[in-house]
Amino acid sequence: MSKAVLMQGNEAAVEGAIAAGMRFFAGYPITPSTEIAEQSALRLPQMGGKFIQMEDEISSIAAVLGASVAGMKAMTATSGPGFSLMQENIGYGVMAEIPCVIIDVQRCGPSTGLATSPSQGDYMQAKWGTHGDHPVIALSPSSVLETYTLIIRAFNLSEKYRTPVIFLMDEIVGHMREGVELPNPNDLIINRRKMSFHDGANKECYYVPEGKYVPAMKPFGQGERYNITGLAHDVSGFPVNSNEIADKLVTRLLDKVEKNVDNIVRVEEYLMDDAETAIVCFGGTARAAMDAVNAARAQGRKVGLFRPITVWPFPEKKLLARLPQLKNILMVEHNHGQMLLEVQRVTRCEKPVHFLGRVDGTVISPDDILAKLNEMEDTNHAE
Amino acid sequence: MPSDLIHQYMRIDHLPQIWCPGCGNGVIMRDVAVAIDELIQDEENDFDRDDFVIVSGIGCSSRAAGYLDFNSIHTTHGRAIAFATGIKMANPKLNVIVLTGDGDCSAIGGNHLIHAARRNLGLTVICFNNDIYGMTGGQYSPTTPNGDKATTAPYGNVDRPFDIANLATGAGASFSARGDVFHARETTEIIKKAILHKGFSLVDVYSVCPTYYGRKNKKGDAVEMLKWQRDNLIPTARYYSMSEELRAGKKLIGILSYNDYPEYTEEYAKVIAAASNKAKK
Amino acid sequence: MVGRKILVIEDKWCKGCGICAAFCPKQVLEIKKEKVRLKDPEGCIRCGQCELRCPDYAIYLVNVEE
Repeated sequence: MSKAVLMQGNEAAVEGAIAAGMRFFAGYPITPSTEIAEQSALRLPQMGGKFIQMEDEISSIAAVLGASVAGMKAMTATSGPGFSLMQENIGYGVMAEIPCVIIDVQRCGPSTGLATSPSQGDYMQAKWGTHGDHPVIALSPSSVLETYTLIIRAFNLSEKYRTPVIFLMDEIVGHMREGVELPNPNDLIINRRKMSFHDGANKECYYVPEGKYVPAMKPFGQGERYNITGLAHDVSGFPVNSNEIADKLVTRLLDKVEKNVDNIVRVEEYLMDDAETAIVCFGGTARAAMDAVNAARAQGRKVGLFRPITVWPFPEKKLLARLPQLKNILMVEHNHGQMLLEVQRVTRCEKPVHFLGRVDGTVISPDDILAKLNEMEDTNHAE
Repeated sequence: MPSDLIHQYMRIDHLPQIWCPGCGNGVIMRDVAVAIDELIQDEENDFDRDDFVIVSGIGCSSRAAGYLDFNSIHTTHGRAIAFATGIKMANPKLNVIVLTGDGDCSAIGGNHLIHAARRNLGLTVICFNNDIYGMTGGQYSPTTPNGDKATTAPYGNVDRPFDIANLATGAGASFSARGDVFHARETTEIIKKAILHKGFSLVDVYSVCPTYYGRKNKKGDAVEMLKWQRDNLIPTARYYSMSEELRAGKKLIGILSYNDYPEYTEEYAKVIAAASNKAKK
Repeated sequence: MVGRKILVIEDKWCKGCGICAAFCPKQVLEIKKEKVRLKDPEGCIRCGQCELRCPDYAIYLVNVEE
């Protein structure tokens, strides 16, 4: 039976993760994500799970990857400065194909910045933070309830595709308290990584059948010895110096996400059917955009909200499908224009792309967005 | 001992190893394999080969993980102990052995070393200590003696070196020891004790790097460097029978510190018991 | 049956470092063309020093039954 409870976004992240089967958390305190560590420390041992406060964020993500290799669904949570420190090992997780979830509750940067203020300044870092060409799946919730349900999806995707998934929250959602009615845990589909004993001819631990992209995984200590490395490796997991094998490996890693993009990408489209202006907005900032759409509609303007829930890979097909009906696009985000670059790339600026952003640590209000819409209208009349 | 042992415990398709001629790492890697083998053979213990996990970082030493036919994971530079922490926490029944080097465990990974020692998490850390960064071609490491030369210390090393075994003791390690390449049998026995030790254990094993350290510092070839170990690194019984005068300039091969502190995962099991009782009420 | 030990050299693993030859108490080993060679089979006492010291597992004793 589900019942309404008052819950903070950070708390919902932990409860959702536990519902998804997360039983290991390693982290280091940092505003505005600290409540996730605190709640994990409280809740995990009640479930027979483990919590450890590490000496820094580098070791936190390392311990999470280690726990996942040993068979536990594992997670860490941090904010900008800690997210920067984690990048190398996130790349390791991608290369060695180790599932885990990394929460980044974004705050105002760069550097220590405005530690307690909201931001979406890590959007590009989520994609390009670690070196080399690599696939990234990143999800961004815009409410407390969605934090709960979407982090379950983050674990499901991570297990399914054997790759770290970045859960891109922001201070607005992390610290927001809302009354939520949690879904019945039995209604939630939880994927577990495909376990396999790799018998017979397919004994190699990174063996992938023709036409597939994700190797089956077996945790350590279950009777099948294999090697894991961040170096380019062959199907047995042993480091190799072959250009051909390296190319095949990296291509397959990218294909895991590219070939499954339609299954991975989710957006919310609000009043988009007849919209002539699309506000593109994600995460906590989308709350203000939703209000602005309602206010603009009340004034008789055909404005809709296009909200990427999967923020990486960027939902390009879905945005392109809307492009013919649109007169213009307004990108609203809590940074100096990061998802804006994706919108411009995908639409090739065939329709005017306007931008409203902010890096001063204050929130973007519905009135700010309405004012921007008015300004756009004036520009159109002037033309 | 070998070669049945080598066939049994190493991924022989990948031998010979990438290490230079005369490198001491191969001997230390075999010491580890012999230690594990003897522990498994000993019916006093309840050890299964699949319960062993080899974790390594980056550097010459860390290539050992790939050669040893166990559950093995070759991680990122300096972070082997942190990865091992997650593995041990997730499944405390595993015997987690970290193979690392002087740079990997005391420079870039120094923070993880001291904190794992402080927590007394049941890992066994074997440091292949060759006083140099070999993989990158001979830069000075935290254990390069003061005054010695390296590619990044062309005028002599200004830094003062760490003694890694003492560093671990200072950080609260419940088991800290020193071994070397020359005293292979003694070192194997020390590694066995380290693996049997319930809490955190560290064995700082002095390797030899004739190619990048020996040559540059006129220490002779591998043979000369091993003779130096024979004459200057002294196993426990003989060390304590020597006078203070004779001990001058020599170092002990053996266990330096030992304590019976509570082990971390056992302590955390108590947290789980307490928390789940509270949750039930 | 009597057990007997023989010395085996794994040529392709030998890197010619010379450690085994230097520490052989009977000096029965030599390095030729960067590989170890048993120059005096009669002199070998099968003590295992070479096996203990070889970092490349390229020289070792094997038990054979007669």
